[in-house]
Amino acid sequence: MSESLEAEVKTNPQGDPITSLEPEQKTNPQGDPITSVAAPKVDFKKDPHAEAKKQRVVTPEYMFFEAPRTKEFITGSESAKEAVRRSNVDLSIAYPITPQSETMQLIGVLYGEGYVKEYYRGEEEYGVMSAIAGASRAGVRCFTATAGPGTLRGLEPIASWPGHRLPAVAMFTCRVVNAPLAIQPDNIEVSYLLNCGMIVFHAENQQDLFDFIMQGFIISEKNDVTLPVGVACDGFFVTHARGYVHMQEKGIKLPPREAWRGAVPVLDAENPPARLSRDAPVQKSNFMAYNIHAVWQQEVWAAVERSRKYINQYMGGLVTAENVEGADAILVASGSAAAQSREAIRLCKDKGLQVGLIKIRSLRPFPTAELRQLCAKAKLIVVPEFNYVAWLAKDVAAAIYGFSKAKIVAGPHVYGGMSMPVEMIVDEITGGLTGKKSGNVPMSAIMGCDVDQAAVAHFMQNI
Amino acid sequence: MSLDYVKFAPGFEAFMPKEYRDMVEHGPFGKKTTVSQMGSFKEILEEHPMCAGCAMTLFIRLAIIAFPNPEDTITVGTAGCGRLAISQAAIPFVYGNYGDQNGVASGLSRGLRLRFGDKPKDVVVMAGDGGMADIGFSCTLHSWFRKEKFTTIMLDNEVYGNTGGQESGMTTRGAVLKMAPLGKKFDKMDMVGMAKIAGCAYVATVVPNNPRRVESVIKKAVLIAREVGPTYIQAYTSCNIEYAIPTDKVMEDAKTVEDDRYKFTEYVSDEAKEYLADRYGYKEYLPKPAAAITKA
Repeated sequence: MSESLEAEVKTNPQGDPITSLEPEQKTNPQGDPITSVAAPKVDFKKDPHAEAKKQRVVTPEYMFFEAPRTKEFITGSESAKEAVRRSNVDLSIAYPITPQSETMQLIGVLYGEGYVKEYYRGEEEYGVMSAIAGASRAGVRCFTATAGPGTLRGLEPIASWPGHRLPAVAMFTCRVVNAPLAIQPDNIEVSYLLNCGMIVFHAENQQDLFDFIMQGFIISEKNDVTLPVGVACDGFFVTHARGYVHMQEKGIKLPPREAWRGAVPVLDAENPPARLSRDAPVQKSNFMAYNIHAVWQQEVWAAVERSRKYINQYMGGLVTAENVEGADAILVASGSAAAQSREAIRLCKDKGLQVGLIKIRSLRPFPTAELRQLCAKAKLIVVPEFNYVAWLAKDVAAAIYGFSKAKIVAGPHVYGGMSMPVEMIVDEITGGLTGKKSGNVPMSAIMGCDVDQAAVAHFMQNI
Repeated sequence: MSLDYVKFAPGFEAFMPKEYRDMVEHGPFGKKTTVSQMGSFKEILEEHPMCAGCAMTLFIRLAIIAFPNPEDTITVGTAGCGRLAISQAAIPFVYGNYGDQNGVASGLSRGLRLRFGDKPKDVVVMAGDGGMADIGFSCTLHSWFRKEKFTTIMLDNEVYGNTGGQESGMTTRGAVLKMAPLGKKFDKMDMVGMAKIAGCAYVATVVPNNPRRVESVIKKAVLIAREVGPTYIQAYTSCNIEYAIPTDKVMEDAKTVEDDRYKFTEYVSDEAKEYLADRYGYKEYLPKPAAAITKA
């Protein structure tokens, strides 16, 4: 009995007893070693913040344009983490929702490593977005992320950030918001963000996400902007998939937020308080109330306009244009639809069709002047989107109305989690050029100068 | 705070409004003032658009006088009557969204700690019963459970006064109000009990007709919130309009309600007692001498 309880002494191939605490290598049922679950070795003598403390501040110009970069193959969530690591973020608040959860978990890792100074898991998105407002008022640099229903739950505070002139960066990993509840990718939530008065960028891929977040902090905190920046991407397609991201070394970071630079004073009791929404008359019905609120809204949107020069300076423009000159058709797209558009363009080339691409990076401010110029001679514009309501096609149509005679096809649309086969885009291009209505895409719609009224009515019904 | 910002820019003294000059010359910034000195110094909150006879306004005035460092205090509120007065005070006030005050205060106090370290920057939430127990319930309770270090003060008039007299969660059972045409059908919410369960280090209930007591609880609550944990004060601040209390009977009503169902209560955690004794010399919380214990 006692003999059987005696632990068997293991020996190495030389016959020496094995005494180390090294755990045995575990294997899965197929016999492959399991490595992913192994807990990282922690050296308790080492300061976990050692690497973060060594980070040195560089100028935005050096960070964005000069710093050497190396290529990594990472997910969108990881690219957001790497952007925050280099952005000198003070405070970040997390709340889980698919497909964002991993992003804010990873920001928690950065907190553990000392790259982010303060971090907690909030109660839900209303509380999180309210606390981001409080922290931004305190003068610190803030980051958070949410998705779909979380965006809508947090929308009341989010929509008040611009009016309170609160710099911050929020990431939206878009997903379905409508009932029946689903977690699938769909970027309809962007349409709710477009009218808040915040700056909104739409990332096509992991690289965009990385760059836009970092550039967002700098643009957000410019004195004549002082507005929050939303960086949207299409959930799963960007957050969970891997892509190549060219990144600067981990040892450098952006300059810290300088609280005194904002257009309105921060509430730190070191500066005279702003009278923003303090005054009771602003909330009561009289002429001054209307007037004050009206000019304040004008100022918020004027600040959105003033951000254009910084978007041009740091991001190289509100749009990118490829092969637009002399093209048979132009695709105008943002986010993942831009990625699908590139492949559609390749298929069209095989058919002998020259198709250009205008990728919209900045949805607010909207690239109205750029589109008017680029689309001046266009014959056909196709706007593929990952939502039912065609928020991008509406903005494109409104922007170029009177400046282009192009026929505009608002589609294809996919929603509720559908992927967008590139053939759908090709069908819209060929259908648009030949005048044949696509049989595959019932929701597509057209408008323009040389189309029949029935087609215009069809467009109007569907946007 | 940089007290420079409440001083005159050289050469402008003669041109500043009287109110401003009074605040610079006779205000409480950088001095120790008490409620007993009311009338002898310029208060941070004097003029306001509140109703005649409003008990809430008196309470807010007393509370602001009691702030241990008014020059480094930031108040946070939400929609309701209280904000109409608090927003007129000569210290910063955050007025954000409906019921967001304890969320905002969480971010604000953490952000200020990041920037100013140990230098006290007191964050004080003052909001109504509806804003705190109804629409702001989640943010309030979670800020306490998270042990956020700031003070929460409920201005409990037991009704939505600002929107015209609707039932709130803090209304007493049976009260007939708008949206409660047959009388409120459930009990007044026990926010004091919840504050204790959620781990507040200091919880007190108070009425405004004892200024010294109001001063005492506010001071303790703000000091404890600096380092120990969340603190909660629930103040009965009647609405004389919606409850039809004659203006000259407002204080009498407060006394009656205090005696009946709003008695002064004070809970101080052991850690908070030790902190007040060690750091601020509160004699009542000093450990009792061994001899005294034997005698007792």
